[in-house]
Amino acid sequence: MSTVVVVTSGKGGVGKTTSTAALGAAIAQTGESVCVVDFDVGLRNLDLVMGAERRVVYDLINVVQGDAKLAQALIRDKRLDTLALLPASQTRDKDNLTPEGVERVMGDLRSKFDWIICDSPAGIERGATLAMRHADVAIVVTNPEVSSVRDSDRMIGLLDAKTARAERGERIDKHLLLTRYDPQRAERGDMLKVDDVLEILSIPLLGIIPESVDVLRASNLGTPVTMNDGRSAPAQAYRDAARRLHGEALPIVIPEERRGLFGKLFSRRAA
Amino acid sequence: MNIFSLFQRQPSTAPAARERLQVLLAHERAEIGQSDLVAVLREEILAVIAKHVSVDRDKVKVKMDKGDAVSTLAVDIEFPAATRLAH
Ligand SMILES: Nc1ncnc2c1ncn2[C@@H]1O[C@H](COP(=O)(O)OP(=O)(O)OP(=O)(O)O)[C@@H](O)[C@H]1O
Ligand SMILES: [Mg+2]
Repeated sequence: MSTVVVVTSGKGGVGKTTSTAALGAAIAQTGESVCVVDFDVGLRNLDLVMGAERRVVYDLINVVQGDAKLAQALIRDKRLDTLALLPASQTRDKDNLTPEGVERVMGDLRSKFDWIICDSPAGIERGATLAMRHADVAIVVTNPEVSSVRDSDRMIGLLDAKTARAERGERIDKHLLLTRYDPQRAERGDMLKVDDVLEILSIPLLGIIPESVDVLRASNLGTPVTMNDGRSAPAQAYRDAARRLHGEALPIVIPEERRGLFGKLFSRRAA
Repeated sequence: MNIFSLFQRQPSTAPAARERLQVLLAHERAEIGQSDLVAVLREEILAVIAKHVSVDRDKVKVKMDKGDAVSTLAVDIEFPAATRLAH
């Protein structure tokens, strides 16, 4: 049985693409097969973060429209043979994504991979609603900041109303991934606390990813952060999040910067 | 400004953020719930009417007005002049 995951947020620039690549690579490293799918038609970036930008021949739109076979569009990762990318189109419009075409492609992907992780565009338009449409699990990426939390709340409402699962009367699993967390700002009281965000959004926490230059370094190189330096703080946080996604009950750790180490144990039950 | 003010902590702003969000989201969730309710009512009203007369979907308007004490639901249905209502 494969699992379709959507990485969504409403607000732009919060870390969806970074998280899709990092979680995809972390799961693929455990030996399970993963396909990361870029739904950001017209503004694709997942290819760049994955380091596959020069290998794109066909894309999601070509497959949706039947101009290319899925196998022709999939790009196998050169470093991890369990990891593949289905890129978005850079030149076409998102109106070319038809609900029927997306449904067919998702069905084909399910027959080939253990995990399908869909990188949603920002906003609540067609691209975002189709990215979440067939998801079994949603990862709501949120920054500890008012507008991001508000948009996440809106996305949670949409997940409960507009997904295929919701329409069939089934549950969709929702997890909160708190990214770009800055321990110093949190300490000064200038940033919403983890507990505040959890209380407001009331979905279980999948992980806390610290704000870190390692994320930028990894994207400069086109390597998911979990593949680049496995010991960096964000890599560790993403790897733990991937294990929780898998159902492991790991304690959540709040990143603490002062000595560049992970600090306080967070005595909350994991997602 | 004296030298000590440099060391003074600025008051923390996170509690204000939290409070504003709680108030706002409670409001927004209720509003979205209500627009869903109107959509559901509209579909069911359409279905009931369609059993008896055929009307243009666009000519059925359902509007909810939220007041403090009472809310009103306005249903406005327009028939073509030739429609016979009696059975
Ligand atoms: N934990 C982090 N620490 C530092 N920088 C980060 C972190 N997470 C993301 N970034 C940076 O923030 C920027 C936006 O990240 P990303 O592209 O992943 O967001 P997104 O949600 O996919 O954006 P969009 O909505 O435009 O698709 C990038 O420059 C990325 O490198
Ligand atoms: Mg993105």
